[in-house]
Amino acid sequence: MTATITGVTDREDTEPETTEPETTDPADAQPARTTDAAPTTPTRETRAGKATRRPARASAATTERHWKPKRSGGADPAGHLTPAQIDALGRELDALRDEVMATRGAADAAYIRRLITVQRGLELGSRLVLLGSKNKAAWVAGTLGLTAAKILENMEIGHNVMHGQWDWMRDPKIHSSSWEWDHAATAAMWKHSHNEVHHTYTNVVGRDNDLGYGILRVDADQKWHPAFLAQPIYNIVNAITFQYSIALYDLELGRHLKYRKRLSDQQKTDFVAGVRAVAAKTARHVARDYVVHPALSGTSWRSTAAANFTANLVRNLWTNTVIVCGHFPDGVETFAKASIRDETRGEWYLRQMLGSANISGPPAMHLATGNLSHQIEHHMFPDLPSNRYAEVAVRVREIFDRYDLPYVTGPLHTQYLSVWRKVIRYSLPNGAWEDLREQPVPTLRRGLSWLGAQVRGSRRHRA
Amino acid sequence: MSFLLGPPQTAPRPRALRRLGARALKVAEFLTTPLLPADYGSLIAPLHLSADLRGRLVERRRETADAATLLIRPGRGWRPHVPGQYIRIGVDVDGVRHWRAYSLTSRVGADDGLVAVTVKKIPDGVVSRHLVDEIEPGTLLMLDQAAGDFVLGPRAPRRALFLTAGSGITPVMGMLRNHPELTDVVVVHSAPTADDVVMGAELRALHDSGRIRLVERHTRVEGILDLRPDGASGDESDADAARTLDALVPDWRLRETWACGPTAMLDAAQERWDAAGLGVRLHTERFRPVVAATGDGGVVTFTRSGLDVDADGGAPILDSGEDAGVLMPSGCRMGICFGCVAPLREGSVRDLRTGEVTTASAGNGGGAVPIQTCVSAPAGACSIDL
Repeated sequence: MTATITGVTDREDTEPETTEPETTDPADAQPARTTDAAPTTPTRETRAGKATRRPARASAATTERHWKPKRSGGADPAGHLTPAQIDALGRELDALRDEVMATRGAADAAYIRRLITVQRGLELGSRLVLLGSKNKAAWVAGTLGLTAAKILENMEIGHNVMHGQWDWMRDPKIHSSSWEWDHAATAAMWKHSHNEVHHTYTNVVGRDNDLGYGILRVDADQKWHPAFLAQPIYNIVNAITFQYSIALYDLELGRHLKYRKRLSDQQKTDFVAGVRAVAAKTARHVARDYVVHPALSGTSWRSTAAANFTANLVRNLWTNTVIVCGHFPDGVETFAKASIRDETRGEWYLRQMLGSANISGPPAMHLATGNLSHQIEHHMFPDLPSNRYAEVAVRVREIFDRYDLPYVTGPLHTQYLSVWRKVIRYSLPNGAWEDLREQPVPTLRRGLSWLGAQVRGSRRHRA
Repeated sequence: MSFLLGPPQTAPRPRALRRLGARALKVAEFLTTPLLPADYGSLIAPLHLSADLRGRLVERRRETADAATLLIRPGRGWRPHVPGQYIRIGVDVDGVRHWRAYSLTSRVGADDGLVAVTVKKIPDGVVSRHLVDEIEPGTLLMLDQAAGDFVLGPRAPRRALFLTAGSGITPVMGMLRNHPELTDVVVVHSAPTADDVVMGAELRALHDSGRIRLVERHTRVEGILDLRPDGASGDESDADAARTLDALVPDWRLRETWACGPTAMLDAAQERWDAAGLGVRLHTERFRPVVAATGDGGVVTFTRSGLDVDADGGAPILDSGEDAGVLMPSGCRMGICFGCVAPLREGSVRDLRTGEVTTASAGNGGGAVPIQTCVSAPAGACSIDL
């Protein structure tokens, strides 16, 4: 099933610059920077981007605004701020970050250790209960417990540990360089595509592959293709198989299929090694959930396998729901590639602030989402321990208000529906959705011919 | 639960049982992937089911105003030490893991199974202050096996001299407690005042019982022990002359000597013993590396962590890396145990003890050079594979 998705994984937007013939984007018309090379090789600059945690930061004064309009136009969302104000914003946020970082201590360390203990206890306990999963109550309790454990493991623990949020403890057992998680994607490849690419190029159309993962069109500035007509289906399939989709995405499978003839030997070797690593890891996880654990359950083997399948499925659906709510809801800004050229520290913060969305809710919601409900704060301070985002959010909100910037947040259902609206709307070429709302099509036949006209129109437009 | 026990096994078990255990461990590994059984085991019984050596603090006993003895129950896998050796202890202070080396003072194979170290507070010492004043019994500690060659050796000497200062008495106390066969012993110990003598009561009791001859040197009143030959310091009063090594221990040349204390004292001792042609009879243990040379410093790139750190020419790369959040392997932090060795990929580093510069170049077929990060500082830009 995932193969179908990845068959259409790559659109022009994610091509390496060197192979892109079009130069309509003003950014592409200018001399290429070193970072414009294929994103598989982390260059110094992408690494520098990751190392925002470094105390010494480049902080050239903002003398001009580097924001540039996207192809579809639009005004600078921070147009009401002067370069000096953006500079001040950057300094203020750096100071806030330093202030909170300086207070990390024993209580934070106790938090993550307690959480890990609870999560492992919950997992072990649930798996023990599931040994007798023929009993209905045992099945329900075990499945619920295992699902919760898997969600905690992936989100509040795994994602955040691999971000380096707990590296300051210098505990080799809880460190971004040694952590491995219950997920098909290996820690190493996930850290590259997530920490280095997504967090550096957040919401830059054509740079941040997380913007639709190469299978969804969620922005007017992503080129339309007839394959996107079926994207509501991809979105569902992607959610169901989320951990495997992420693994294939981290492998950059679509890109490799598309450019396999142009890849260097090194890229091919790396790709094969990556595929092997994912396959080996997946095999171990499948053996654990569908062979060893059921086998130990004896006559309950069938219901134990079903329980593990359910836990994996629910975890996939939940993590997908949380993650699409981080950058796709209405009100979130995307950016043109040209905008990040010579971007200053203040402008980088602005892009993170305007390019992310929060989920409001009680503390349990924040825990269940791995504090990605504080996506805005997480993107501003990716290596701040997650248990601190809630307190930082209050201060950040005040800064948003003072600088008159939109803080995109809402309850989970609102944000999730908003994502679905985008998925449906952008499955059609730009303008088609508005057109359809003005003149609804009464019959299927008229609908198909309308669709044909839209497709032809979009082709003409592209030519 | 025996399957949770990874190697090393402490007691030999029947082969069939061992084979069964190994097989059960394999199954457990399948169940706990991507983690290991010990990752769960360490949460249940940290001392016994952990993959790493750990210990639990049983008691913190105050010795002097600024020193305390820690009694620790070591976990599974602990190997008995040789008196005089040190252990490395990993302790979390304000949530951050720090490793420090301390000399063991306990009796080997004591009935209660505890091991002891004695810690003296050093000014601005984050770890020593925590261990002396704050740490609560019950705290879990990371441990390493005992190490070090500041020991008596296969045959105890007939006549021994221990030349110590401050907490330098601790390895010596470890030897005295474990080697009752040492009877002709002189201990020359320096401390600011009588009250500052770590384990002073026990030392004085040993002196009174005739087991050792204790010479206390209270430096706040009497000044630092002069190890130079008589007359070398020029015009001396009679009082000064009475306090020289020759006056205090006239037969020092006949004694196998162990010295532990501050760098200046050890350097002076080394010079005196070498001058007397007795260098081989002097054994020393240092607290920290002798910094001989500092350079200009530079940017250290930690390649695997993807971090650049602007480091001072006098700061060990180990410290700079730790401060930046890099997971640095570490050991004695004084250049002797090689627990901190990391590959230098490119660039130059200076050995802080000797000033010697080591260079690696990635190109031209040059490979990475292993360096001791605890005694190396950058000499220009360099990159370390960590």
